[in-house]
Amino acid sequence: MIVRFTVNGEKAAVEAPGSRRLLDVLREELALTGTKEGCGEGECGACSVLIDGEVVNSCLVAAGQVEGSAVTTVEGLATDGTLSPLQQAFIERGAAQCGICTPGMLLAAHALLAENPRPSEDEVRVGLAGNLCRCTGYTKIFDAVLACRT
Amino acid sequence: MAKVTGAARYTDDLVIAGAWYGKTIRSTVARGTIREITFDPGFDWSHVVVVTAADIPGDNVVHLIRDDQPALAARAIRHQGEPILLIAAPDRATLQAAERHVRVAYEPDPEPPVLTLDAATETYTTIEIAKGDVASAKADVVVERTFRVGLQEQLYIEPQGAIAYPGKDGGVTVIGSLQCPYYVHRALKRALKLIDQQVVVIQAETGGGFGGKEEYPSIVAIHAALLARKAGRPVRLIYDRHEDLAATTKRHPGVIRHRTGVKRDGTLIFQDITIVLDGGGYCTLTPVVLSRAAIHATGPYACPNVRIRARAVATNTPPNGAFRGFGAPQSLFAAELMVEHVAERLGVPSLDLRRQWMLRLGDTTATGQKLTESVSADVVLDAALKAAPAVRPSDRPTVRRGRGLSLVFHGSGFTGSGEKKLGGTVAVEALPDGTFRILTASTEIGQGTKTIFCQLAADALGVPIDRVTLAPQDTSLVPDSGPTVASRTAMIVGGLVQQAAAELKGRRVGKVEKSYIQPDTIHWDDQTYRGDAYPVYAWAATIADVEVDTVTGEVRVTDLVTAVDCGKALHPVMAEGQIEGGGLQAVGWATIEEIKMQDGRYLNDRLATYIIPTSLDAPRIRTILIENPYSGGPQGAKGIGELPMDGPAPAIIAAIHDATGVWIDEVPATAEKVLTALRNADCGLRNGTVGS
Repeated sequence: MIVRFTVNGEKAAVEAPGSRRLLDVLREELALTGTKEGCGEGECGACSVLIDGEVVNSCLVAAGQVEGSAVTTVEGLATDGTLSPLQQAFIERGAAQCGICTPGMLLAAHALLAENPRPSEDEVRVGLAGNLCRCTGYTKIFDAVLACRT
Repeated sequence: MAKVTGAARYTDDLVIAGAWYGKTIRSTVARGTIREITFDPGFDWSHVVVVTAADIPGDNVVHLIRDDQPALAARAIRHQGEPILLIAAPDRATLQAAERHVRVAYEPDPEPPVLTLDAATETYTTIEIAKGDVASAKADVVVERTFRVGLQEQLYIEPQGAIAYPGKDGGVTVIGSLQCPYYVHRALKRALKLIDQQVVVIQAETGGGFGGKEEYPSIVAIHAALLARKAGRPVRLIYDRHEDLAATTKRHPGVIRHRTGVKRDGTLIFQDITIVLDGGGYCTLTPVVLSRAAIHATGPYACPNVRIRARAVATNTPPNGAFRGFGAPQSLFAAELMVEHVAERLGVPSLDLRRQWMLRLGDTTATGQKLTESVSADVVLDAALKAAPAVRPSDRPTVRRGRGLSLVFHGSGFTGSGEKKLGGTVAVEALPDGTFRILTASTEIGQGTKTIFCQLAADALGVPIDRVTLAPQDTSLVPDSGPTVASRTAMIVGGLVQQAAAELKGRRVGKVEKSYIQPDTIHWDDQTYRGDAYPVYAWAATIADVEVDTVTGEVRVTDLVTAVDCGKALHPVMAEGQIEGGGLQAVGWATIEEIKMQDGRYLNDRLATYIIPTSLDAPRIRTILIENPYSGGPQGAKGIGELPMDGPAPAIIAAIHDATGVWIDEVPATAEKVLTALRNADCGLRNGTVGS
């Protein structure tokens, strides 16, 4: 089938079996390799993307499910080459070490701040609970997200 | 920058036209021999490449220390998940179909598989360290205790993977997720019978390592290269999480026994320690892990009489290997809890005993090493105590709170004469555009190598940091700086970068190469295990606060305070990042990360069942950086990568005791074990015995 949706604000039409994982469609059909595969079963959150503003694990979403939706990946966070405040804060505060969880973590944090612009640390912990990081101990990630409260 | 925009290219992100997909077929028995491999004649094999041990042009070994591990099992099987054959196909569907049409039949071994350390009969290596005379030392009080430590998965979030390209000259290029390009380079040469120039190894952006990408990538690379050569085209061999968990190396489990003798006033008289680590089915780096475990076994304490007998054994379980701390977390766990047990027996606070025993400037370690500089046991202890939050009482009747403390040291760099033998090399060159380039095989795996090296070079050159770059970690471009392991990158390799840059200062052209020369003040004897085991030690004190739910047995670490002396924090934010990340990894090891086995196979070999700490489980982590410089390190820096793995586990176990009164002398202290201990205590039974 042909699946039509928008990715990072641009229209996309992809010929794919409806059951193909959104993760594979993004990485292999649209060359958006910022979305990572860490476990393939929805545990690690490395493949997190936003569908109509909500965080999902793209390894658990079938391509057919995004028909008509707006998908945001990490490649869509910067605008005209300018990093988002969160991306900037991740760099400044050392929230990205190896970087493999970073795209998913950024998207989860974006969704959290969009819904709750002034989260407490506990709310940040809950908001990021679906995204595993093995490098940072999360502390610097919390710092970066809390620094972007508005 | 590239990591926050999605532009960073990890191995699986690389698009290679015409590349096939590879897969490893692994044993489903723990011990036996391969009787027959059959390929279903009903399946169309014309679009599939198959590689078996017979296709290996060179020696069928994964070159490392003992060379006992075959790249592909030819006959004998020593563990579950052992690689037997490789297949590659143009697309994933064909690959999966082909996998289903291969059958491996096994001949069971007359002997049953050895599945536990206690049942092991084969020994990989033994180490004995002796100081003074334990046998004739007279003590008033003798305490004996046995400690157990469990398997742990590194769980880098990017699984193992490599892509191999066949070369025109019969050679091969491998790009992969790895820590040590030259380990892979040597392993490829040996297995594929190639010369230096025929093998190129390139590190892609690497999504975490923690030791897990020290030796295992050699296997992935050999497999990918064998497939690529036979297929005559590039082959991608990317593990999924299940395969990575099921087959790759873990932290060595072990049993450590302590017999400690003291005078009534607490004076430490002797430490008699035995260590047994389980190496698994093949030797891998086990002898070196055992060595670090043995040398750190006394803890950071000065004892006149020490006997350490360490042994690594073979079992029919997947091989264990490098993991942050490299044996030291295991032996320091036991050493630190032993302080608690002796203190309890003497009826004194364990903090007082630590102060009484701790190594000070001029003291000698178990190997007879006299500590002449940068000794900070007392400093880190004071700093951690000062920074610890006020103890809060529990507000729930079924939850008890407690606090525990630990004091550890960690040798920076390779053990003994390792650095001398290695002679790691780097170069710094001046480029025509006025910038400078560092040439090193040391890899960036998230810990900050790139930034630290550029910063050290820029400082030494006297130029802004944006005028210094790092050449890619590509063996055709950079010299062998040694592996990115052992907390040696900043201190040893960083030191070479600094020296090379300093010599290049003021020059507009040219290149300066530097190789490590061990200071002549360092003496080590590999035979007797006497001398300067490490150039210097880093120190840490950790305070852990826990909540123990007495109904569920669940342990939650609420606060972790670590004071660390790393000589010089070259980049304070990154240094903190190492302490925080290593600290949480240790919290996982101490509380929830447990691997269950059945017939030599890991039962929880998926991320749904192997649990690591999430943002909800992470304690508030506070780091205090102390800089007690080392004269041989760049700007005074010592190692920092592994140290944070050492302290939290014993502090957490001591905190559980503080909260509940029960001792769990093992990690992980899972809810199940805590609950059992609490029940036994309720029944008037003690968990373990405090003997004499």
